Amino acid sequence: MAKFEYAPAPESRAVVDLAPSYGLFINGEFTESQGGSAFKTVNPATEEVLSEVTDASAADVDRAVAAARRAYNGVWGRMSGADRGKYLFRIARILQERAREFAVLETLDNGKPIKESRDVDVPLAAAHFFYHAGWADKLEYAGLGTNPRAHGVVGQVIPWNFPLLMLAWKIAPALATGNTVVLKPAETTPLTALLFADVVQQADLPPGVVNIVTGAGGTGQAIVDHPDIDKLAFTGSTGVGKMIARSIAGTRKKATLELGGKAANIIFEDAAIDQAVEGIVNGIFFNQGHVCCAGSRLLVQENIAEDVERRLKRRLQTLRVGDPLDKNTDVGAINSKAQLSRITELTDAGEAEGAERWDNGCELPAKGFWFRPTVFTGVSQGHRIAQEEIFGPVLSVLTFRTPQEAVAKANNTPYGLSAGVWTEKGSRILWMADQLRAGVVWANTFNKFDPTSPFGGYKESGYGREGGRHGLSAYVTTESNG
Amino acid sequence: MSAPSVDPTERARDLLGVSRLTNSALTSWLHGLPGVDQVGCEGRAAGLGTRSIKTTSKAWAIDLAISMIDLTTLEGADTKGKVRGLAAKALHPDVTDPSTPSPAAVCVYGDMVATAREALGDAPINVAAVATAFPSGRASMPVKLADTRDAIKAGADEIDMVIDRGAFLSGDYLRVFGEIAQVSEACVREDGTRARLKVIMETGELVTYDNVRRASWLSMLAGGDFIKTSTGKVSPAATLPVTLIMLEAVRDWHDLTGEMVGVKPAGGIRTSKDAIKFLVTVSEIAGDDWLDPFWFRFGASSLLNDLLLQRQRMRIGAYSGPDYITDDSPSLY
Repeated sequence: MAKFEYAPAPESRAVVDLAPSYGLFINGEFTESQGGSAFKTVNPATEEVLSEVTDASAADVDRAVAAARRAYNGVWGRMSGADRGKYLFRIARILQERAREFAVLETLDNGKPIKESRDVDVPLAAAHFFYHAGWADKLEYAGLGTNPRAHGVVGQVIPWNFPLLMLAWKIAPALATGNTVVLKPAETTPLTALLFADVVQQADLPPGVVNIVTGAGGTGQAIVDHPDIDKLAFTGSTGVGKMIARSIAGTRKKATLELGGKAANIIFEDAAIDQAVEGIVNGIFFNQGHVCCAGSRLLVQENIAEDVERRLKRRLQTLRVGDPLDKNTDVGAINSKAQLSRITELTDAGEAEGAERWDNGCELPAKGFWFRPTVFTGVSQGHRIAQEEIFGPVLSVLTFRTPQEAVAKANNTPYGLSAGVWTEKGSRILWMADQLRAGVVWANTFNKFDPTSPFGGYKESGYGREGGRHGLSAYVTTESNG
Repeated sequence: MSAPSVDPTERARDLLGVSRLTNSALTSWLHGLPGVDQVGCEGRAAGLGTRSIKTTSKAWAIDLAISMIDLTTLEGADTKGKVRGLAAKALHPDVTDPSTPSPAAVCVYGDMVATAREALGDAPINVAAVATAFPSGRASMPVKLADTRDAIKAGADEIDMVIDRGAFLSGDYLRVFGEIAQVSEACVREDGTRARLKVIMETGELVTYDNVRRASWLSMLAGGDFIKTSTGKVSPAATLPVTLIMLEAVRDWHDLTGEMVGVKPAGGIRTSKDAIKFLVTVSEIAGDDWLDPFWFRFGASSLLNDLLLQRQRMRIGAYSGPDYITDDSPSLY
């Protein structure tokens, strides 16, 4: 017997030009901060410092909002939809042209495998701009209400798990509907947003239409609290989402919140079993499990649980964990030290509470932040690992006996972002989709995204939708709804 | 190899838990296998196709792929001269580099077995013969068995049989089972040893992945040593998703019975790049145990030359061109 060892196939990082430090992108150009400090952003796979970025102050946010307001009043808010569409198409095409640069930079800053940044993040980001470019001159016909018009200045705060893709989810619909934006990327992954500023310049977007301010929580709070912001869009943790909701309560500000999740991935006895196993892997180990809609709770019908667990564990032994720039890597690095300790804490709790822990035993690099693909079996609803979002490559396996029980267990969570159903029975898929309190229900697949399909949650997973016509409606106000 | 100690019907009764092997028992068993989701299966195969294999692992994979080839000529126009040319190619795949491995077997029609055997001499290269009214399989059972015995008598080490796709598609699984079991019995030589049996399912005519999965299980249950995709006469022939289903089947069969069955995709695999995708799939689906010419084969005629071209390129750092590869075998004329 021979063993197939794949030689390393690293993507070159020569396509990326990193500056030693970055300012803030305000009013169409990079500017120095006023009173802000600097912090470092590191490559989570190596702990190498990539660059230094600005922790923007409230004064910086104020400048950015003022620039956005000027651009809204002076140019963007008055521009015809067809013309806005042209800019968006241009951005989409530039993203495609510079896809490799974006993919490599995303992988360097985030730690995700190049095959995901290359095949998922960047193409989808471009697709969101293309899709919304198409809507820009057709808003009257989108069924949103009479005379849809922009809110004005939108403040956007995005997370570290899909830095570029979340930027596209936020900026594309905002611009298509005529809003101008002030966007803050996450403090651990600011680099692709800063590279996007370059795209904004290349596309000749009028100054102030897109402003990018980097920073941590304080910068985000300054955006949320700024009196001249008309609408907020946030993706991130439920805890921060609640703070934002409290901050804006009683103001005129509109908001959409995309928060945490603890999705159930439900496997029925008649499922196509090998494809279901792939779906489980894709559901929780995609992007190291740093996915708010990850299928982190596996619900397996009890009579096939043993078989599924055996197949799953065998499959996980072929997952390749390591250098994210290697084209053969399936699972990359955990995004930050803080996130790694949170995952460690929750998995320790899982063990302490009596669930059975298994990991694939793969070798991990000596430097950087890493966690082995891990499965907990014998998990019940009462365990913390079944209730709390782990946001890492950790799967909890629970069992059920009847469809009703599957629904009850799937819905028994404070979250409601997504769910997966695996069965060969079409009628059961429809019945389940109807019963599950989740914004997205995938049937015989998982983690599939498309700009035309609305995405968002129930309960503590937030409110509002992104993508599709529903996503557009969050960025406009109409005569019917004021 | 010696004759199997267990009678396939007896073992099938045992595995199915029935006292009598009937068509309905086979039907419930085969239809009780988990289904295959087409989208998911093709998605997985596409993912495996994107593995990046280079440098040392590519060199290793190329040599392994060469050693797994059943170098094949199956034409009405085959002559002794052509078969001798094929055998010579198998003995010395690359005249510029004696370290080049030989393919596993030469695969010919039954009437060419003796010629191939003679041309190969004592070299450790098997002669495989297609039998059972290849490629259509449309003949009476006595004819199919006689076809098989002829090839065995002429010295075939391996028999590639075709299943009756008509019987399979009409749901007559018992008939397909019986034919495979009988041909398997006909593979026993006078001295009690037996030739290995490859069961060609002609997956292009079975069309659905569910059918491929069922035919794979049925072939293994009936005693096939190998499951093989195609005759090479029907399109589509060997595709990556179909091979993936078959690899899952042999893996699961091994889990169930402890026995290993080989897999042979045949037809349509022409480039090194394609061959390497198949090897990646073998490794990640069935496991590295199958990365051996005894358990995995490529049915191909023109693949060898592309592998040799790549092998030379890796050795000398530049493409030599087709005139630096001997061309005795392919059916391209």
